[in-house]
Amino acid sequence: MVKKEMIAMLLAGGQGSRLGVLTTKVAKPAVSFGGKYRIIDFPLSNCINSGVDTVGVLTQYQPLRLNTHIGIGIPWDLDRNIGGVTILPPFEKSVSSEWYTGTANAIYQNIEYMDSFNPDYVLILSGDHIYKMDYGVMLDFHKSMDATVTIAVMPVPYEEAGRFGIMITDEDKRITDFEEKPDHPRSNLASMGIYIFSWHVLRDALIAQSDQPNLDFGKHIIPYCHEKKERMYAYEFNSYWKDVGTLNSYWEANMELIDIIPDFNLYEEYWRIYTKSDTLPPQYISTDSVVERCIIGEGSDIAGKVYNSVIGCGVTIGKDTIIRDSIIMNETVIGEGCEIYKGIVAENVTIGDHVKLGFGDEVTNETDPHIYNHGIATVGERSVIPPGVSIGKNIVISGVTTAKDYPGGRLESGKTLIRGGDK
Amino acid sequence: MRALGIILAGGNNFRMKELSQKRAIAAMPIAGSYRAIDFSLSSMTNSHVQKVAVFTQFNARSLNAHLSSSKWWDFGRKQGGLFVFTPIMTNESSYWYRGTADAIYQNIDFLKNSHEPYVIIASGDGIYKMDFNKLLEYHIEKKADITVVCKDMDKDEDVERYGIIKMARDNRIEDFEEKPVVAKTNTVSCGIYVIRRRQLIELIEKCAEEDRYDFVRDILIRYKDLRRIYGYKLKDYWRNIATVDDYYRTNMDFLKPEVRNYFFKTYPDVYSKVDDLPPAKYNVGANIRNSLISSGCIINGTVEDSILFKKVFVGNNCYIKNSIILNDVYIGDNVHIENCIIESRCTINRDSYYKGENGIRVLTETGDRYGV
Repeated sequence: MVKKEMIAMLLAGGQGSRLGVLTTKVAKPAVSFGGKYRIIDFPLSNCINSGVDTVGVLTQYQPLRLNTHIGIGIPWDLDRNIGGVTILPPFEKSVSSEWYTGTANAIYQNIEYMDSFNPDYVLILSGDHIYKMDYGVMLDFHKSMDATVTIAVMPVPYEEAGRFGIMITDEDKRITDFEEKPDHPRSNLASMGIYIFSWHVLRDALIAQSDQPNLDFGKHIIPYCHEKKERMYAYEFNSYWKDVGTLNSYWEANMELIDIIPDFNLYEEYWRIYTKSDTLPPQYISTDSVVERCIIGEGSDIAGKVYNSVIGCGVTIGKDTIIRDSIIMNETVIGEGCEIYKGIVAENVTIGDHVKLGFGDEVTNETDPHIYNHGIATVGERSVIPPGVSIGKNIVISGVTTAKDYPGGRLESGKTLIRGGDK
Repeated sequence: MRALGIILAGGNNFRMKELSQKRAIAAMPIAGSYRAIDFSLSSMTNSHVQKVAVFTQFNARSLNAHLSSSKWWDFGRKQGGLFVFTPIMTNESSYWYRGTADAIYQNIDFLKNSHEPYVIIASGDGIYKMDFNKLLEYHIEKKADITVVCKDMDKDEDVERYGIIKMARDNRIEDFEEKPVVAKTNTVSCGIYVIRRRQLIELIEKCAEEDRYDFVRDILIRYKDLRRIYGYKLKDYWRNIATVDDYYRTNMDFLKPEVRNYFFKTYPDVYSKVDDLPPAKYNVGANIRNSLISSGCIINGTVEDSILFKKVFVGNNCYIKNSIILNDVYIGDNVHIENCIIESRCTINRDSYYKGENGIRVLTETGDRYGV
């Protein structure tokens, strides 16, 4: 008989629209992070490092990159005879075929998958956080409290608590109440979106609530369990945890890796983070280049000057180019004599010679000020920027652009330039 | 592919000096991220050779660890796969491999039980890329018994340590001399051969009956007039690692853009075991010029014209020039290293000074890693 004590369900279907053009063609969990990783590598590595060897990955939005990245799970040792990683897209049924309409609905539609492993516990994870966590310890907590639902929480400053789902607990960490994005928070314990359910409790709740439109953990399942007086506990987590949901938090989380001994240390032997590497060769740093306070991925070829930046794998940076405070993702080619300041340049972008990016006054973005802000210049994947142009702050560029798109050779701060077509 | 592969990786060479104390030459780290044997293995898998046997003997632990999984070269298949053969004791024999032919003889059952009509024999210490399909086509077209891959070396190269080949107009090998005192040509054998499987079995068994053990001396040279032995010229990059000097020069070749382009950016790729190390990190004070840096390195000092393998730590105010630093080396603050090869897992204490004065100096220091 097949039996797994705990299996994980990883929600990776979301678009993450606040990452703007970074997620036009890939789901948020497949966005690059920290030079060679993708965001989903963190929960997947946590799973295998915690001894959870059965992971269902729920995909829906733009799954291609995610599917090819995960494959059969070899990089995470999740290629197993029994269990391992399984990609779970929405599928057609004889009656009522539908997309995944909410986080809990996605799990509901895969009850059969979970049943097949006969689990005692199901771990619910989301694919868009950067952290290292031992889910085994959380499970021990769940068992020792005789809980049926355990929610991982993190203390946040009270002024920020209004952005999160807040858990109110008694002195035994039992959850007595909760509030979603409260104006006047009664606690500072924010839900991290990581849950352990005793399987029978989750199964009953999913079935009982299955008619709810957009069935969601925070909005429906947790309140339902609360109503049913389930034993709900808060598991407090005090290490590094970062939601990279906005361009600014994504940029910050990358920049934090550059610190001499960062809070989130990738260089520890213990608790390694695994990823699928397509490139193996070492990186080449040429004469006349400068690399200072930066991390650089495999196979990159650096001829320019790079300060305070995170550079991916297979990136080419031309002579006399200066890059500061920026994130450059895999396989991007940057010409000679460019200057890039506080840019996020996605994968496979081509930037011509003598381009200036991220210079000028800070002007609010004309189309999506809530996405493109903090002075970051964002360039979507497979974009092309012609040589010699000068580009401002809070801008977004996506697609193949030509000199015609830059009147007077300029793109002023705050502009949005989206062109169809791939290079 | 109609051939199976054999990689001879058992040998050792005293000219590798201290570097051979730790591992077989086939397991020598190359170009920052690879091991020597990766080049033969990758050429085999890229040529769709599905079944490969690696013969190892000398100091094989490091090599065996590298080959512990066949998945990196895509050999984890139902058909074929990657086999590692070390000498075994049987009722008939308790010898080590006494030579290359003996190594094959001791594993003759592997050949007998296979069905592929041809065998490609390669060595584990060659740095090259090759399409074995073209080699096999050539072999068949020439109706050759054995085809030997060879390479014209540069005029200034000291070729006396290779097998020297003289070919007729039609590329049939007229003369084959192993490590002659004076070389008659500058065409050398790359240690890569194609032969029909049944013929190999026959020759190897005959060899064993006569107590002969060496493939080159006792088969190639002895039979060169009796059998149709042809040469196949390799035009692209090829080097083999036999001395500390070779090893140093081969690695340094990868600082040339054309060599990097050929191996790293041109199809097909070279594969190796993946180590899951984070990207290289450069702190304040890092100053890198014309160097290759591998993943997992953390650098705080100056590195010039050098190659740093995986997981090297370079302390503050260091100066490293013209050197090769192998895997997992820790270099403390204020260290000067010039013209050196630093053996893997070494620890160089702070404030030390090392310079190779006449040629390359091999360092195997093991200082005090966490007291620095």
